[in-house]
Order: sequence, then C-alpha cells, then structure tokens
Amino acid sequence: MTRTGFVIANLWRKKTRTVLTLLSIVTAFLLFGLLQAVNVLFSAGADFVGATRLVTQARVSFTQSLPMRLLPQIESVPGVERVMWSQWFGGVWQENTQLIIQAVDPARLRDVYPEIVMPNAQWKAFESTRTGMVVGRNLANQYGWKIGQKVPIASNIFPQKDGSKAWTFDLVGIFDGKDEEWQRNTSGGWINFAYFDEANQFARGLAGVYIIRLSDPDAASGVAATIDDMFENSPDETKTQTERDFNIGFFKQIGDIGLIVRWILFAVFFTLLLVVGNTIAQSVRERIPELAILKTLGFKDGAVLGFVLAEAAALCVIGGLVGLAIATPLGVVITKASGGYLPLAVDAKVWLTGAIAVVVLSLAVGLLPALRAKRLTIVDALAGR
Amino acid sequence: MRSPHGSEPVSDAMVQVHNVHKSYVRGKQTVEVLHGLSLEIPKGDFVALMGPSGSGKTTLLNLVGGLDTPTSGEVRVGGERIDQLSGGRLAEWRARNVGFVFQFYNLMPVLTAEANVELPLLLTNLSAAQRRKSVAIVLEVVGLADRARHKPKELSGGQEQRVAIARALVSDPAILICDEPTGDLDRRTADEILGLLQVLNREHGKTVVMVTHDPKAAEFASRILHLEKGQLLEQAAAA
Repeated sequence: MTRTGFVIANLWRKKTRTVLTLLSIVTAFLLFGLLQAVNVLFSAGADFVGATRLVTQARVSFTQSLPMRLLPQIESVPGVERVMWSQWFGGVWQENTQLIIQAVDPARLRDVYPEIVMPNAQWKAFESTRTGMVVGRNLANQYGWKIGQKVPIASNIFPQKDGSKAWTFDLVGIFDGKDEEWQRNTSGGWINFAYFDEANQFARGLAGVYIIRLSDPDAASGVAATIDDMFENSPDETKTQTERDFNIGFFKQIGDIGLIVRWILFAVFFTLLLVVGNTIAQSVRERIPELAILKTLGFKDGAVLGFVLAEAAALCVIGGLVGLAIATPLGVVITKASGGYLPLAVDAKVWLTGAIAVVVLSLAVGLLPALRAKRLTIVDALAGR
Repeated sequence: MRSPHGSEPVSDAMVQVHNVHKSYVRGKQTVEVLHGLSLEIPKGDFVALMGPSGSGKTTLLNLVGGLDTPTSGEVRVGGERIDQLSGGRLAEWRARNVGFVFQFYNLMPVLTAEANVELPLLLTNLSAAQRRKSVAIVLEVVGLADRARHKPKELSGGQEQRVAIARALVSDPAILICDEPTGDLDRRTADEILGLLQVLNREHGKTVVMVTHDPKAAEFASRILHLEKGQLLEQAAAA
C-alpha cells in the first residue's frame, strides 16, 4: 500500500456518495467547458484571419438598412471580388411558424456563395422569375414543399403596396450545401430582391447588409477598414466584420452573453462548492477517530492535512478532467449542429482555465476540512470530544 | 529503545514520570487530573494501571505514550525527555518508539488487515517488499496470517484486536501502550489477547503498560499500579 492507495481507499469508502459527487463535478465542468467556450467566443476581438467573406452593416445596428448607393463604392475597394446585398424578409408560414427568408439578387448570391449547390436550371429560373423563391433542402423537407408550387408567406415587417401582409411566391428551386456543414445550413430561403423592392410598401433601394466576397483572404482586415473609413462621418456609417463575427452578433442581441455566462458559471460553481464542500466536510467529520489514529501512529499534522486535501483534489481533478473531456467533442458537435453559427471550441485556453478552476475548487472545498483535520488533538478526538 | 540524542542519560527505567501535573480546561473550569505523580517502569516490565473512572489512568497512559504533554513535570521514556518535544518531533518519536492498542481497535475500515498493519511503515524508508515482509511476520506472530486480505468488518472482535496489536508491533517499538485492550471482548478472547501481550512481553522483551478495569486482565501483568484521584496508591505484584 502507498499513501496514494490510502487516499484512493478513503475516496471509495462510500461508493454511492463518491460517484454522485463525481457526477456533480463532471456536470459542472461539462457546463464550464461549454460556457467558457461561449465566453471566449463572445469576448474575443475581431478575427479576420482566413475570412473569405465580409459583412457590412449599418454601424448602429444591423436592423438599420443601408442605401443601395453604397454598392459601387464598396465594389471599388481593392480586394473586393463580388458584392451581394440582402434584405431580411423574415416570413411567417401558416399559423405562426417563423421562417428565415431574405431578399437577394440571385446572380450575385450564386457568385458570393459558391457553397450553395442547386441545378443550373433552377438558378436560371430564380433569376428569371420575379416572384420566384428558392429554399434549402431542410426547409423544403420540413414542410413538404415541391418545386412549382405556390408558397403563401406572411410578413410582419414588410406589407405589400396594398397593405396586405400576405405574399405568394413561386418555388423555383431547392438548394443543398456543398458539404455536410453547408447541408445542415439549409433551413432558410431566398426571394428575388427586384420583386420585393418593387412590391413592398415602404422599403425602397435599401439593403439590410452587404456581403462581400474577397479576392484575397489576407486582405480581409484591410478591406474592412477601408470600407468603414470610406463611410465614416457620413449619414450611413458602416461596420464591416467577418461572417463569423456577424453571426455571433445575432446571438449578442439576447444581451451581454459574457455576463450571462459568467453568472451561470458562478451559480454552477457556488452550488458545486456547497455540494462537494459538504461531502468532504462530512467525510472528515465521520472519521475524526481515524484521523486521530493516523496522528497516534506518527503521521504529522501536515500529513493528515495532505490526506484530506488530496482526497478533495482527487475528486475535483477526476471530475474536472472527465467533464472537460466530454465538453471537448460536444463543442464540436454543437458547432456542426449549428451549421457553424455557434463555433464552440473547448480548446487549450478553456482547458487552462478549467485547470485553474480545478485547483481553486480543490482548495475551496478541501482546505477548511483539511485544516480541521490538521488541528484536531489526538486525546480529544479519541475521547469523542 | 532508540534515542536520537546520544547525550541523553541512559537508565534501566523505560518510563520515568517525575512530579507530573496535568490539568484540563473544561468550559470555564480547570480540572487537575494528575497531582504531582511520579512513577518508574523498568524495561521489559508489564504494568497494569487500575483505578476508578476519572482517576487519571488514561491521562497517565497518554502522557507516557506521547499523545499528550503534562502541564508540569517530566516524562522520560527510554531516556528521552518527551514532555519537551514539539508536536512534530513527538509524532516522529511515537512512530519510532511506541505501539498503541485501544479498546475499540481503531482500525481503518477501508483497509485490509495487512494494509492496516502496513500503515505505520509508510513513515519509514522501507521498500514495498520490505514492508510486505514485516507485515507478514507480525501477522504470523499474532496468528492472523490467513486473514491478511480481510477487512476489519470481516473479522471478529478478537481478530480485529490482533490486527491492532500487529499494527502496534510492526515498527518494532520498545513499549506497547494498551488502553483497555480487552474491554470490548468476551472472557475467552480477552484471555487470548492478554496471553499474546504476555508473550510479547516475556519472549520479545516489549515493555507493556496497560490500563484496565478488569482485575482478571490485570493478573496477566507483572505489576499492578492503582491510581485514585490522580495519585498513585500502591504497587502490587501480580502473577
């Protein structure tokens, strides 16, 4: 037997309690891993590395539209290969099913998003049918839509000129993605901007955002700065960022995600502190005579403190490792499931923060019981005082 | 008895207690348990301490075993003055020099008999193989070699006490401190345990200091000391 063996034997003294405590730590660190990844994602600065597309929105908010007259100026920036614009249409199907439908120029969409796969004939039909609409495979499958059918969609934002909220589009194409990730991202649809612009009641010549395909990914940062500088101090100031950052911006509408995440983590760890702290304290209380015997045999106060701290640390380390180990692939799964909109990377940075959390938690839950064990006097402990 | 201090006077007495006072603070009261007690126990002696509850038997045993320190007075064991040792030094001294046997065995329930016996050896520099060998020898001595892999709850009271004695013996201490070692056992088992202590005393030269309420148990000792109200009454030779 070794001292480590002794610590392990004590950990398994009450198997059910240890397993349940471990499960609570695993769950906490699983949450920690994912939420910390969210925290890193939302607190990170702009990252233009490897970006092939940029999104230019109104500086104030993407809910503000930008005039179409910005288009030629954006197109003239060196490094810009192709520009499209889109206007958020939204759309409600049947009773109250919200759809993600955007108004675009079909040809520009095809140029800017080569990842969207659709037969050439359907692209042509989309370009030539003013009331045409194309939808993703997932959306079409969800509602059983077929090419050729008319799809009635209501818009809560844009009524038609006659005031009617009801729009009807001709489904002319169903698109897929070029790979698994893009195929997951086929839950939306596109309508023809020319028709939308002409038929809606009040939005004329307005783009929700401009989406820019770059000729050189290394130029992303420079192109973004040039565009924003171009419109600085104008009535239409812009904010240009990568697609990834733009997508994250959608989630940021919910509120200060970083703060929310920190509060959730605080609540999780505070609860964990109480649960594990109580377990360790109870475990020490139950074997005061045993700890006294250790001292009787010649183990010094520091050694007894070490045994209790080691037990607390072992629980926290095992639970933390397992929790983070589960969170790591889960982050990849969530990233894929969100079609890349929520890229959660439980990376080295998260693991490092997790390691620090394990150390802090071990000390927080183990130190007081360990100090109690260290301070107990043999005679009083053996006499049950 | 090994003394780390070569300059210490060496005496034939294993235990020398001189004018020891011991007080405890209980709530707002200070209770003096030992009143200037003096005592000498020669090497190789088997002494039974008897007396009514509260007479100071266990307090005296704790002082001799280095589990507690006197309020005043001197305690020498094996020539070493242990009442002046710090907590850490006293722990080291206990590990090297004393074996303890308690009424309720005080074994670690999560460990097997052999792991319980090995526990004190974790404080030595012995290798795992050497530790295992020592454990096997003492388990043989107490007659429990075949129960080495059993946990305390799988053993009878008498067997548990034998494991406790093996644990007390494994670091080869010169003195065994026994606090009511048969208090939780039936007569026959108690006699077996006392017989074992007698063998350890007579054949292995261990000095045994035992607290007991049981006159029959005390008969196994070579000397009986009676305490009352914190003072030694008389010494009587036993069987």
